[in-house]
Amino acid sequence: MYLKKLALAGAVSLLGTSAFAACSYENTVPLKSLTAGFEAWKAVTDAMAECGNFQAELDQEFRTKQPAAFEANPSLYHIGGVSNGTITPLLNAGTIRPLDDLVAKYGANLQPNQLIKVDGKTMAIAMMVNTQHLMYRSDILADLGIDTPTSWDEVFAAADVIAKAGVVDYPIGATMKSGWNLAQEFVNMYPGFGGTFFNADNTTAVNSEAGMNALATMQKTLAYTDPEVLVSDSTYVQQQFQQGKIAMANLWASRAGAMNDESESSVVGKVAMAGAPVAVEGGAPATTLWWDGIVIAANITDEEADAAFRLAMEGLDEDMVTANNEAAIWLINGYVPGDLAKGAIETATASPSAPPYPSTTQMGLLHTALGNELPAFLTGERDAAATLQAIEEAYTTSAKEAGVL
Amino acid sequence: MKFKTFAAFVGPSVFMMLLFIAAPLISVFIQSFQITQPVMQQIEVETCTPGFLTQTCTTEVKTVPIIDEVTGKTQTTTAWVGFQSYQNVLQMDKFWEAIGSGQWRDILQIDFWKALRFTLMFTLVTLPLVIGVGLMIALAVNNAAKSLRGPVIFVSLLPFIITPVIGSLSIYWLFVGDGILTATLERWTGQDIAMFAQAWTIELLMYFYRVWHVAPFAFVIFYAGLQTVNMDTLESAIIDGASRFERLRYVIVPHLMPLIIFIALIHLMDCYRVFDEIIGFRSQAHVISLQWLTFDFLTPDDAGNRAISRAAASAMLTMVGIVVLLILPLRRTWRDHKGGAH
Repeated sequence: MYLKKLALAGAVSLLGTSAFAACSYENTVPLKSLTAGFEAWKAVTDAMAECGNFQAELDQEFRTKQPAAFEANPSLYHIGGVSNGTITPLLNAGTIRPLDDLVAKYGANLQPNQLIKVDGKTMAIAMMVNTQHLMYRSDILADLGIDTPTSWDEVFAAADVIAKAGVVDYPIGATMKSGWNLAQEFVNMYPGFGGTFFNADNTTAVNSEAGMNALATMQKTLAYTDPEVLVSDSTYVQQQFQQGKIAMANLWASRAGAMNDESESSVVGKVAMAGAPVAVEGGAPATTLWWDGIVIAANITDEEADAAFRLAMEGLDEDMVTANNEAAIWLINGYVPGDLAKGAIETATASPSAPPYPSTTQMGLLHTALGNELPAFLTGERDAAATLQAIEEAYTTSAKEAGVL
Repeated sequence: MKFKTFAAFVGPSVFMMLLFIAAPLISVFIQSFQITQPVMQQIEVETCTPGFLTQTCTTEVKTVPIIDEVTGKTQTTTAWVGFQSYQNVLQMDKFWEAIGSGQWRDILQIDFWKALRFTLMFTLVTLPLVIGVGLMIALAVNNAAKSLRGPVIFVSLLPFIITPVIGSLSIYWLFVGDGILTATLERWTGQDIAMFAQAWTIELLMYFYRVWHVAPFAFVIFYAGLQTVNMDTLESAIIDGASRFERLRYVIVPHLMPLIIFIALIHLMDCYRVFDEIIGFRSQAHVISLQWLTFDFLTPDDAGNRAISRAAASAMLTMVGIVVLLILPLRRTWRDHKGGAH
């Protein structure tokens, strides 16, 4: 009896997944995907699921699973969600396939700038751009008569005024959680001061004047943030905004939608977006540009790849974008940029423009070194020069181990 | 017992230990002396990434691994490197430099030594507290009225059944900037409290959490031990005029000594592997432990690199540390054991 019930429940849940409501065709090949878990991916995978026979796995820890899962033969997933940071191990191991013939077959609606080309071959289809840019409480800045800051000096000047007025707990919020987030703050700031990450021989160039400037700016931020800023990640900063505790932050564009989510936010309609502040006058915005998109595994049959790509195109179509216009800064046809996208577009179209986050093996190593060595500087245990030295040494050690030096 | 019966009972356990403990240990030991790396080549690649309206294409020289034509996997080489990974973890040159120049604090700038300092302190500070608090609860319960014992035992055991990582997360949520307890304390004292902004408050919370979590374990063992205290000896001690404290000091504690050693052994082993607190409290910026260091080496970055050799070296060093810590209590148990055989 019990078994029968269980079998029935299983059958019903299977029926649920193979419902194909708004899909233009019925998918007959069983397909699986592994992507990050934020709002835009949910929208895309839901749209794909409408075609049936599709199982989506949304996991913020996808980056640790993906390389091994795609290396298996046959690959454990057919479709992968990547960004310019996380595509590197897949490209390096050759576990994703070139998509040119599939683009020719199914990709009629793709924009030319969605095709991520490596060495002339299309390796991924981008669906959205993401960047860290300035979010601020437009009501507070208007009350205090502050113009929208465009440089970090202006951000600090505004923070001084806000702190004096005492309208929020902390004038600035920052994603400085020790590790990846903190390293990303440096990766944003450093090119803003004109720094380059690597020399021609793959040694790192962060131990430089631009590095010192970047560290000084990060340290200046600390005076205006929550004292526990070294544990605050994107979600924490987003919540601080939603609860009206901070007035400004250089935060991910993908978090903008949450500010107007009435079930969570007490500041609906009060948070405005502007381009990422510049570090030096006339310089590029102190941030990096990211894209998110899909890849198709190499270790699957051509039929599966064909079906997977067709399904992905169904997920990335105009209907999905129209239904989820505010979920991301889409690159797909049919996207109407709203107020929330203003900052990201300003950042992406600035001149000189912010650099894309480099997708290289070395960058992964440097990112880790930064994440491990920066906290000692911000807690005051080590001065800036010694910190840059330590970063350089940590990078050199791991780069030698990884074989890039 | 017949040897055959003995072997039949012990066999499965020995097999499992060999498969899941000895074999991985040997493999880690070997890996700590090796470095496996992909064969890299430098090629010129044109990469196109989307701007918002147009595409930006850049041509640059990239260092990428060579993919084997036959197997379709990246080519790797494995080299014996001696103690290089250990040196990379220990950074002895910096260590001696710091000692030579008299800048002792500089030693704590090196990840391994920073982690070792905390791990040792954590282990040694919580050990007497766990034994003391556990013994106190056991004595209290033993002296409580019979009708109360059941509920009291149940309540005191609760912390022990909480999953460690969940427990540490709860403490984090209670004490973080806008947590319930912090908010209450702030309202009460009128001061801004930030428990996770400096190392020493984080460490205090960690000690507190670990003692709270493990004391019930010590309590259960001690409580069982208290049931076997020889009543005759206790009564004669009372007749001799021994005070309550003297009875504890000269009768009960010596009787419980083997159990105290047992708890110390288990606690030393457990605490030296402190990990959950670091993750739960997000304390990496201020406080790290040896086990976390190994975990950090093993975690792949966005580009898929992981420092396997250094992780192996760090794991071996952790094991050496546990062995050194356990030598003292183990020697004592061994002596007692031999003494008991006479």
